[in-house]
Amino acid sequence: MDLVTFLQQIINSFSLGSMYALIAIGYTMVYGVLRLINFAHGDIMMVGVYFAFFAMSVFALPFGFAVIVAVGGAVVVGILIDKIAYKPLRKAPRISLLITAIGMSFFLENIVNVLYGSTPIAFSVPDFFSQTYDFSGVIVTPTVIIVPIVTLILMMGILYILYRTKYGMAIRALAFDVETVKLMGIDANKIIMLVFAVGSGLAAVGGVFWGINYPTIEPLMGVLIGLKAFAAAVLGGIGSVVGALLGGLILGFTEVLFVAFMPEYGGYKDAIAFIFLILVLLFRPAGIMGINFEKARF
Amino acid sequence: MSKIKTLQLMAIMLTILLMWLAQNHLDDYSLRILTTIAIFIILATSYNLINGITGQLSLEPNGFVAVGAYVTALLLISSDAKLDMYQLAEPSPWLLLLNTTLVPALFFSGVVSAILAFILAFPVFRVRGDYLAIVTLGFGFIIRVFAVNTPAVTNGAIGLNDIPSSVNLYWAGAFAMATVLIMLNIIYSKYGRGMKAVRDDEDAASAMGVNTFKIKTYAFMTSAFFEGVGGGLLAVFLTTISPDIFTFFLTFQLIIIIVLGGLGSMTGTIIGAFLVIGGGEWLRVLDEEVNFLGLHIDAHPGMRMVVFSVILIVVMIFAREGIMGKRELTDLFRRVKK
Amino acid sequence: MILHVDKITMQFGGIKAINELSFSIKDKEIYGLIGPNGAGKTTAFNVITGNYIPSSGSIKFENKDVVGVKPHKIVKLGIARTFQNIRLFKSMSVMDNILIGFDSAMHYTYLESILRLPRFFSEEKKSRQKAKEIMEYFGLLEFEHHKASELSYGNQRKVEIARAIATNPKLLLLDEPAAGMNPAETKELATLIKKAKDDFDISILLIEHDMKFVNHLCDRVLVLDYGKMIFEGKPSEAIKNEEVVSAYLGDFIHD
Repeated sequence: MDLVTFLQQIINSFSLGSMYALIAIGYTMVYGVLRLINFAHGDIMMVGVYFAFFAMSVFALPFGFAVIVAVGGAVVVGILIDKIAYKPLRKAPRISLLITAIGMSFFLENIVNVLYGSTPIAFSVPDFFSQTYDFSGVIVTPTVIIVPIVTLILMMGILYILYRTKYGMAIRALAFDVETVKLMGIDANKIIMLVFAVGSGLAAVGGVFWGINYPTIEPLMGVLIGLKAFAAAVLGGIGSVVGALLGGLILGFTEVLFVAFMPEYGGYKDAIAFIFLILVLLFRPAGIMGINFEKARF
Repeated sequence: MSKIKTLQLMAIMLTILLMWLAQNHLDDYSLRILTTIAIFIILATSYNLINGITGQLSLEPNGFVAVGAYVTALLLISSDAKLDMYQLAEPSPWLLLLNTTLVPALFFSGVVSAILAFILAFPVFRVRGDYLAIVTLGFGFIIRVFAVNTPAVTNGAIGLNDIPSSVNLYWAGAFAMATVLIMLNIIYSKYGRGMKAVRDDEDAASAMGVNTFKIKTYAFMTSAFFEGVGGGLLAVFLTTISPDIFTFFLTFQLIIIIVLGGLGSMTGTIIGAFLVIGGGEWLRVLDEEVNFLGLHIDAHPGMRMVVFSVILIVVMIFAREGIMGKRELTDLFRRVKK
Repeated sequence: MILHVDKITMQFGGIKAINELSFSIKDKEIYGLIGPNGAGKTTAFNVITGNYIPSSGSIKFENKDVVGVKPHKIVKLGIARTFQNIRLFKSMSVMDNILIGFDSAMHYTYLESILRLPRFFSEEKKSRQKAKEIMEYFGLLEFEHHKASELSYGNQRKVEIARAIATNPKLLLLDEPAAGMNPAETKELATLIKKAKDDFDISILLIEHDMKFVNHLCDRVLVLDYGKMIFEGKPSEAIKNEEVVSAYLGDFIHD
């Protein structure tokens, strides 16, 4: 393929990869502090997008405000889910927690289904995003620039919080040892709530970006994206925020380039995330960033 | 041992009697529900082996059920029917050669599923049990991707119809009984003990000589085998299958069944199957318009699912042992005896 | 020498939990591993049982190299253990817990259990018989069908030891077996362990903090401090040794 097309694909990859990264961060942080794969995470993203839709369709809010509603809504939903379903099970066996997360995921999908139906709905996006600029053959839309940049900024914000604030330190400590953190007088539950809030908010942003790029939404949209984002988090090293970014980008690149180079196998692109997952588990379970939670259990 | 044998014999004879009564006195609709329940008993009890008994959260059923369904369907549909049916692409030539009867077809369904399970087991059980859930979830999804994208084998999204129907309540019931008995035989053996030990404390289990990797793989492969067989039965029962039958919702229903019944109990699973499938039918009313005592409630498709998910969450938070906990029917008698 | 530990070092990141530890256990000996908390005792256990792979050094059990052998295989070679915080299989009965110990020696296949072929019945019968004998030995027969979690702490301890002995070990590792027991229970346990050593023909390596217990039971002890051995010899001499005393009390006894 020629340079122009190749560059086009690279640019698209960054966009897709950033969206995966934003959602992957939520998975990785929740796993870090709770050792829980939050199955409902992809659906929290979906709920966020529907919040935006709700804001725009019912209240006719401008897009910017709708995004704020999306993030706010997702944050609230994320915190509520933890409070209602996960917190009561802090001391329960892990399998109970996982099953509850699955139940939550299903609940969210079907509540939205009842409220909005299962037919895909058009997600109205301001014309600003559909402008195209032509750089000698390479088509660039505002989204393709905004998404990676916003993702990077948010990522740096998260890293700042994690490594330069006491809340972040508490989060990192929690990932290693819950009991000690409690002994130090920190309210572990509040920290966990913070983690859910941050993760859900980021997922909502990712979801809005998704809605801008692929402007139909439906209740099950979070399922596949969530699965892939989790694979990305594992690829990057579960528990690592930087890993989530790397994993997301790698997955994005691989998907886009795969379809570009082998369009006849396009239908299989969704299998790539799964293949990455298997490969990581086989050869480097700790992922790229190599965080290993397998501490002494004795 | 012989006390249990007597109990089992009695249970079998009772079931046969009930099936005969049902077959001769119930209407078609009820018979279909009962047959569905029987098939779900096969699926759920085998699912409980890896989930409840061995304690490894796996989301594999919809994948292996799909595999089993397609294998059986492809083995049963005659080559003429295949030539007619395939619309998106010419059927692969080797497919036209495949043709057999019900029992061998079901056996192959089980075997193919078990082999796939073996392949999956290696990357996952070697490392972290946590990942089993996501990998099996992805597996189920990938199976559907394959089903849709290989029209020469599976007829793509259209699916397969014209599957010769030979399954009635007796067949389904017989397979269900066989499955339950096999599960119980496994559980009450050193393998079952090993599985429970892995569930209760995996590190202590290996410290006592249990090869945890082998045990987990056995459980997983066994679950897969019977889920494949159940899938085959499902295909014959439905007479037409397509990729979108085997969504995660199938796994979800099985989760509710085993959780409600009790994660470590086969008896509980049977009860759970009756409750969920039977109750599901009853709850259909939620999806439709209701005129009740002058109140008119609009149709809300999807409300039934919402109720299901709420039930699951509530049970997990407040009654995670389910109805039977980890006990079987015989354990109840033993308690009373003391 | 049934167990020969040779210059074992276990490093976690920058920390050496055990530093060039060497010792040997004689056949039919009761050997104690003592030292202040965090000295590396349980780590040493975990290296012997195959849960950790040491950074350097070797371990020979009955003249076989056992470093790097997986835990469940170590059991087959003849080393069994108990845990500091009792780790019974909570949902299972006492009988089933002990049967697990026999399971790895039972020879019937998966298929044979599914089809309930004769070998299943004969093997199970044999093991259940042996399990009953062990339960009787430890005074646990009345709890045969009770769920393990329902037993008193002292009895749970006994079940754990019984379970370990069911694996037919030649070397038994006991991690703080007397933890959480009052003096009467401790004495009873010490007598039981000594008796079991003779009746089951095993050597014992144990970790303990209770010095009376150690004195009463152990033929020799090794004192660990910060992963290094600071004394090896008779328990009665350990107490008199200056280094040992200061390890436990801290250095402020000198000045």
